[in-house]
Amino acid sequence: MKQGIQFAFLDEYAKREIRRTVLKAIAIPGYQVPYSSREMPMGRGFGTGGLQLTLALVGLGDTVKVIDQGSDDSVNAVNLRKFIELTCPGVDTTTRLQEATLIQSRHRIPERPLRADQILVLQVPYPDALVIVEPSEDKRKVMHGEADYARLLVKLYEDIVKFDEITISHRYPTRINGHYIIDPSPIPRYDVPKLNDAPALMLFGAGREKKIYAVPPHTLAEPLAFDDVAFRVEDFTDEHGNRRACHLCGATDSFLDEFFDEHGDKLFQCSDSDYCTQRQEAGA
Amino acid sequence: MTEKPLLIAENLSKTFFLHEQNKTIPSSADVNLYVYPGKLTALIGPTGAGKSSVLKAIYRTYLASSGRLLFKTEAGDELDLVRVSEHRMLELRKSEIGFVTQFLHTLPRQKTLDVVAMPLYRQGIDKPEARARAAELLAELNIPQRLWEVPPATFSGGEKQRVNLARGLIASPRLLLLDEPTASLDAATTDRVVELIQRKKAQGVGMLAIFHHADLVERMAEEVVELKAPAAVAA
Amino acid sequence: MKKILEVKGLTQLYGKGCDLCFDATGPDKETNICPHCGSVVALHNLDFDLFKGEILGIMGESGSGKSTAVKCLYFDQAPYAGHAFFYDDDRQYDLFTLNPAQRRVLRNRRFGMVYQNPNLGLNFGISAGGNIAERLLMNQVSNYGDIRARARELLTRTEVLPERMDELPKNFSGGMQQRVQIAKALATRPPLLFLDEVTTGLDLSVQARILDLILEIQAELDTAMVVVTHDLGVIRLLAGRTLVMKYGRVIESGLTDQVLEDPQHAYTQKLVASAL
Repeated sequence: MKQGIQFAFLDEYAKREIRRTVLKAIAIPGYQVPYSSREMPMGRGFGTGGLQLTLALVGLGDTVKVIDQGSDDSVNAVNLRKFIELTCPGVDTTTRLQEATLIQSRHRIPERPLRADQILVLQVPYPDALVIVEPSEDKRKVMHGEADYARLLVKLYEDIVKFDEITISHRYPTRINGHYIIDPSPIPRYDVPKLNDAPALMLFGAGREKKIYAVPPHTLAEPLAFDDVAFRVEDFTDEHGNRRACHLCGATDSFLDEFFDEHGDKLFQCSDSDYCTQRQEAGA
Repeated sequence: MTEKPLLIAENLSKTFFLHEQNKTIPSSADVNLYVYPGKLTALIGPTGAGKSSVLKAIYRTYLASSGRLLFKTEAGDELDLVRVSEHRMLELRKSEIGFVTQFLHTLPRQKTLDVVAMPLYRQGIDKPEARARAAELLAELNIPQRLWEVPPATFSGGEKQRVNLARGLIASPRLLLLDEPTASLDAATTDRVVELIQRKKAQGVGMLAIFHHADLVERMAEEVVELKAPAAVAA
Repeated sequence: MKKILEVKGLTQLYGKGCDLCFDATGPDKETNICPHCGSVVALHNLDFDLFKGEILGIMGESGSGKSTAVKCLYFDQAPYAGHAFFYDDDRQYDLFTLNPAQRRVLRNRRFGMVYQNPNLGLNFGISAGGNIAERLLMNQVSNYGDIRARARELLTRTEVLPERMDELPKNFSGGMQQRVQIAKALATRPPLLFLDEVTTGLDLSVQARILDLILEIQAELDTAMVVVTHDLGVIRLLAGRTLVMKYGRVIESGLTDQVLEDPQHAYTQKLVASAL
């Protein structure tokens, strides 16, 4: 008996439901649409939401890139990519952003601007920005519906009172299209501006929480702030006021990871490994 | 000259019914009187004749049991105070009918000057001006300046009474009710009060007053009405 | 004098209810509980008018329904029956027919509420200033500096030391917690304020201070108030008119000094005579 695997692992009903959910999410920017998240052959918390989106959307002719914290090489990215190669024959995978039509990412948005023909799928652990101020999902739904985010703003207020600045480092609450505030997944603050008025469609999949939401192309995405206390991205300047550069490619416009080499010296390196590699190839 | 009366009481009676004891207690019966603008009507009679209840019935602190209280308002309407609505009564108390009672109820922390100036604040008069007028009155009534910024809760009976009087006399309501205004005052201060009352009369304020001393009735009243103790009601 | 609130036939019933509930309960039956079906008639046919800038007292003992009335008007509960109309300048709102979003707007912007228990009115997880900020943030204030300034102003006005503005309310005394509640309720300058037993349980000197404060603020802002209490002293001090309630019904109403000095109903007479 020939054992076959359904193209892209999910059955057609599952794919259809996810696609319908995506359409609804695009129609209501920032609204968390519930869907029946399938059991996947990896544990929850390993990107099942993002993966279901990728599998529902991918088709012959697509080229898929998978990154984790900016890197194509990390274990999770490698595993997911292998799974996609296994279950989607005829679909290419790549590490080069320009070649991809679908990018699945955990915790980062690529440095190079995306194109209108590309889709970014982000893996989301906690879809709801309000979960830190309201434990009841029913109440949160009403709050989202009424755009009642005062309690979230109070959190920001308290931060400023204590620390003179908003200290949220990732999962920065961002208002989409003037209404719903989303948790944009654990991307750093640095990446939040990339959501605003982007040419590409950004999809957010939370497998464990069974929600999908979207920031459609060219949509307003405003990180929460006060009129007189603005949103700021991470500061990569050194003690002399110079913007740090990647020690490998010299880039001064990318999000840098900080680590120690074998001598104990501090090094800074592009988190987006593909961006860094391409810069090095171009002879930086 | 027959001036139109400001207030006419017609067959006014007040009876209390105490449910617990199942007793009816008459307080005043068949009171008829007139108060004219710029003149003082004095109520006299023995204790128990219900003099205070007449004043209270006019002010609606007591609900009259029967009779009418016809009051001529600023706007020229004739109202029966017994039947007028609660809101109307509150309005009248604010601007047209004043009552100097025997007790001084104030906020715990309110300073004497503000207590006295309060009726003027309520009329929308500027605070500094109102306080200045209050100061004048308090000085006339011999309340020493050092007490003006102090709440009157700790004052003596006589001092409280003078503060009460000042508050009652500072504004010029059309009808002023006075319940034994000089009861705890010495002769000199009593004279001052008499002066103030005569001044008010000259301003056109009509007054209905109970005095504890016949002499004061002589000095100040244009009309005198005598009340008799009501007959006891058969149980 | 303009009307600000009109309540008609306000009724609240807990339980399944039956045809006999209303006739079988009330002050003459000496109970709130229907003997036939066990439902509780917390409130029956409450009518009253409130005018702009006026203070109305609702007085009664436990089980009188006084707090229930205010909870319905503030949308903490939905009533069993009745109407309430809120007049706000040129607008008129039929309160119990509003949708949740409309109710929220009124609750946040046009009404204020101070509860007996500060836990209900304050968020103990955020600072005193944060509590006030929350109310302002619900009203589209988006400037941090402005929020700070207004919170400081309100706390100063309610005699909370501005230095303590960033502390959590759980570290405050009961009286100070109430003052923070009052500051929060007034943040949006509501024309109508509900006060539910706000000084009950506090020391007498603290009570006096808070009552004084309420009256001063009322004079400044011309806020209409509904003051619910079982304390005659509070009623005497604050309210121009008073309703006396028992077992969910109004048994007497009138000018406060008249209700206290010439009570007509047997129960009111007993209440007044019992005051220490």
